[in-house]
Amino acid sequence: MDADSLLLSLELASGSGQGLSPDRRASLLTSLTLVKRDYRYDRVLFWGRIFGLVADYYIAQGLSEDQLAPRKTLYSLNCVEWSLLPPATEEMAAQTAVVKGRFLGDPSHEYEHTELQTVNDGDKVFEEEVVVQIKEETRLVSIIDQIDKEVAVVPRGVLFKTPFGPVHVNRTFEGLSLSEAKKLSSYFHFREPVELKNKTLLEKADLDPSLDFLDSLEHDIPKGSWSVQMERGNALVVLRSLLWPGLTFYHAPRTKNCGYVYMGTGVGSPQPCAPCSSGGLYCRWA
Amino acid sequence: MENSTSLKQDKGNQQTGEEGRPWEEMTVASSQDPEPTSSKTSESESALESGPQSRSSPPWSRPSRGSTPPDEGTGPGASPRPPLPQEPSSTPPPPALARQVLEAPWQSDRTASVIPEAETPHSDHLEQPPDKGESSPYQTCQSKRNGFQQPQQTNGRLYGPKDVSCNHAEQKKLRFDLLQETDSNSQDDPGDAEPGAWKAAPSLTETAIQSAKAYLLQSSSKSGLNLYDHLSNMLSKILDERPKNAVDIIENISQDVKMAHFSKKLDTLQNENEMLPTYDIAEKQKALFLQGNLERADQELEDEIAENSLPNVMESAFYFDQAGVGLGTDETYRICLALKQLTDTHPIQRCRFWGKIFGLEMNYIVAEVEFREGEDEEEMEEEDVIEQRDNGDSEGEGDEDELPRSSYKAPQAIPKEECRTGANKYVYFVCNEPGRPWVKLPPVTPAQIVIARKIKKFFTGHLDHPIVSYPLFPGNESNYLRAQIARISAGTHVSPLGFYQFGEEEGKEEEEVEGRREYFEENPDFEGIQVIDMVESLSNWVHHVQRILPQGRCNWFNPVQKIEEEEEEDDEEKEEENEEPDYIEEVGPPLLTPISEDLDIQNIPPWTTRLSSNVIPQYAIAVLRSNLWPGAYAFCNGKKFENLYIGWGHKYSPDSYTPPVPPPVCQEYPSGPEITEMDDPSVEEEQAFRAAQEAAVLLDEEDEDTEQDEDEEEDYD
Repeated sequence: MDADSLLLSLELASGSGQGLSPDRRASLLTSLTLVKRDYRYDRVLFWGRIFGLVADYYIAQGLSEDQLAPRKTLYSLNCVEWSLLPPATEEMAAQTAVVKGRFLGDPSHEYEHTELQTVNDGDKVFEEEVVVQIKEETRLVSIIDQIDKEVAVVPRGVLFKTPFGPVHVNRTFEGLSLSEAKKLSSYFHFREPVELKNKTLLEKADLDPSLDFLDSLEHDIPKGSWSVQMERGNALVVLRSLLWPGLTFYHAPRTKNCGYVYMGTGVGSPQPCAPCSSGGLYCRWA
Repeated sequence: MENSTSLKQDKGNQQTGEEGRPWEEMTVASSQDPEPTSSKTSESESALESGPQSRSSPPWSRPSRGSTPPDEGTGPGASPRPPLPQEPSSTPPPPALARQVLEAPWQSDRTASVIPEAETPHSDHLEQPPDKGESSPYQTCQSKRNGFQQPQQTNGRLYGPKDVSCNHAEQKKLRFDLLQETDSNSQDDPGDAEPGAWKAAPSLTETAIQSAKAYLLQSSSKSGLNLYDHLSNMLSKILDERPKNAVDIIENISQDVKMAHFSKKLDTLQNENEMLPTYDIAEKQKALFLQGNLERADQELEDEIAENSLPNVMESAFYFDQAGVGLGTDETYRICLALKQLTDTHPIQRCRFWGKIFGLEMNYIVAEVEFREGEDEEEMEEEDVIEQRDNGDSEGEGDEDELPRSSYKAPQAIPKEECRTGANKYVYFVCNEPGRPWVKLPPVTPAQIVIARKIKKFFTGHLDHPIVSYPLFPGNESNYLRAQIARISAGTHVSPLGFYQFGEEEGKEEEEVEGRREYFEENPDFEGIQVIDMVESLSNWVHHVQRILPQGRCNWFNPVQKIEEEEEEDDEEKEEENEEPDYIEEVGPPLLTPISEDLDIQNIPPWTTRLSSNVIPQYAIAVLRSNLWPGAYAFCNGKKFENLYIGWGHKYSPDSYTPPVPPPVCQEYPSGPEITEMDDPSVEEEQAFRAAQEAAVLLDEEDEDTEQDEDEEEDYD
């Protein structure tokens, strides 16, 4: 959610039950403005909150003029002091994939993971148990990155791509209409598109290159991992992700208000593996 | 390109010359780069030094007399121009300067509109002092030193540059005389372009128009649109639609035209009924608000207040909001009203807002309700009757057909608990949205709980949706929902230590309950616990809902007992059934155990405690968050407490859900000496067997023959 419209956004996202206490709200309003000034971001988003056992992480992201450029992520334990997180890399993701369970709340906490590594000692090759230390901060970075890549959502029309490449916020976006708001195809992933090139030429012909340059949510696997609901009597459309319970996207149709926030444990539901004969993936979703 | 550089210079100089321009708004893009223009002005400066050149500041930025850059046309006199950081040479030279600019050769761009306007005053006041310029519609800063009181036509953002330009007007005044001299000089100079200016005036107009148009056709660096097209679209839209008071809504029209760029006109059909569902729900919720406004006698109102079983949802919501949990104020208020509707229509003793469970298509708002004594028992009896009737029917059919009956006896179905006891202590009502009707959930059976523990399904929002799962869940979504509610209540409903105490009515204990106390009541002497204590130690919180045993009930039911009762009927089978494995009595922790006794989940503590605010600890409340059931919260401010659940209705499991493996295939029959499975004999074995048989037969025959012979011999004797 945009830090500029924090209060309204929190109110709109309140249907998911998790919000912020007045304490945190007030401190966020102040500290995010300072973050914007200090780091000179074009836009600051309050990304959400990851529940830890001892303390919670509050995450914010700063965007530059180009909305699709890599974002800077900051975390705070008290919503007042923010620290910059390192950018996520592939090896971080691989390293932290083995860590399971909840976050502790202490960024310097280290998870220990024993691995069998093959060690070449001259001619001998033997396996050794190596204890790998993984910092919680690294895990935090990769989880945030994973969540962003998988479930960060923007409605169609909020961003537009200029002929020169950079992606800007569309100032003439006035909201989706009600019928569009109920369809998953009007929502896009807020990340570099990966599936766009797999579309057939016929499909591409219908696309508007300035607006339809991101992946749509429609073809997400597993199918049915999004729950679309109208709340408050059709005045609000809420998308909840079933892959990452806690991710809520809200949009008030016909208005500019939209955004997403993650309030959860940082533990996602791993994807089910094989399709079953009843025509869908293994149906955990009745 | 000549044009482009001059265009850029134009842009730079626009800042200074914009007052009074009707098209000031259009120059937003161009006026955003003051810095580069200064470099351009230095270019023009150098250009000037080299000789009088026609390029340089566009005269149209010069409508204000004072804002013509001195470099224009002032060949010789231009050198001591003060470098302006922001101001790109936008010093307001006297009108003579402007005139000189006009006189300068026009290969560069001049807007046509400027030229005629600037020209006319110039031509009129060719020799007149700059004061005349003041009377022109384009005020000069020169006339006004401060320049702050510029004509209304000027934009606010031009005050900056105008300030500077006014200051420079002063400086440039000194040069006025110089310029006038140069003016006359230049006019005489045949070699310069300036003397030819007047003769070339008409063609200059054309080029000015062209350059202006070229400027307008320039594409924006940000959006790729250009001003010319946008203006023409706007004007054509206005001329087509002819709105009233177009000048007042011109900005909206402009925005609409920009937006239309993004939407595709594929469908001219308009959706008429988009708002109908919204209005429907709004109507329903309006009814919620009006229920309190019915005319009643005062007596009834007092009665209502006295017997109020409505919980103070708003107060609890306030406390939960301190913890950062909650549904938002007006949503909570609507829920409160919906609960009021529930309590008005049903005879309810106590009611509580239990929480919200998310579904795929719709959500559930759950209310925990305790009926008044004797109110709901009738419904329960009806259900039992229906079940018995069903059993009777099935038996009747069996008698007619005489199908072979299997001797398989399913394990005794564990009966569900009676109402008001154990897992069925409370009755639950759900609705999808405040304003929709409340539906009562059926009581839960132990079998449902046992299987609910093994499956993990998301709710859809429709109570009659079937649950397709393995192991087969006996029921549909309403039963599954009820089972999950029961599990969550049993696992996460906690209260401060001492809030509840055991009642003294121990006479109601049943045989099965061996000294286990089920009944508790509020402790009137509860004095409250310090919030800090509640946060630091988990032993200050206790469960006040009975744990559900693995069997699926809160109170142990011994199936063997029931079988003993049936022994009196069947003599033969009972002995076998007695040999069934003994059921080990399942015991759970007694009621009101502190939650510090809860087991960890793989080294994760089952509860997390927080103070709602670290900054103001005096008025903070203690918040308890369950790690076992994400979404379950409890708060306590010392004296008051409340539990709430907002979530998907699933238990936390560190591993991903894996469906249980089907049981191994049953044995068809026990292997024994009578029946054993063997391979079929092969051909050789059969032949050998047959040969052996024939040999045996032959032997027998020979024996018989010999016997017969012997007999015959005996007979002969």
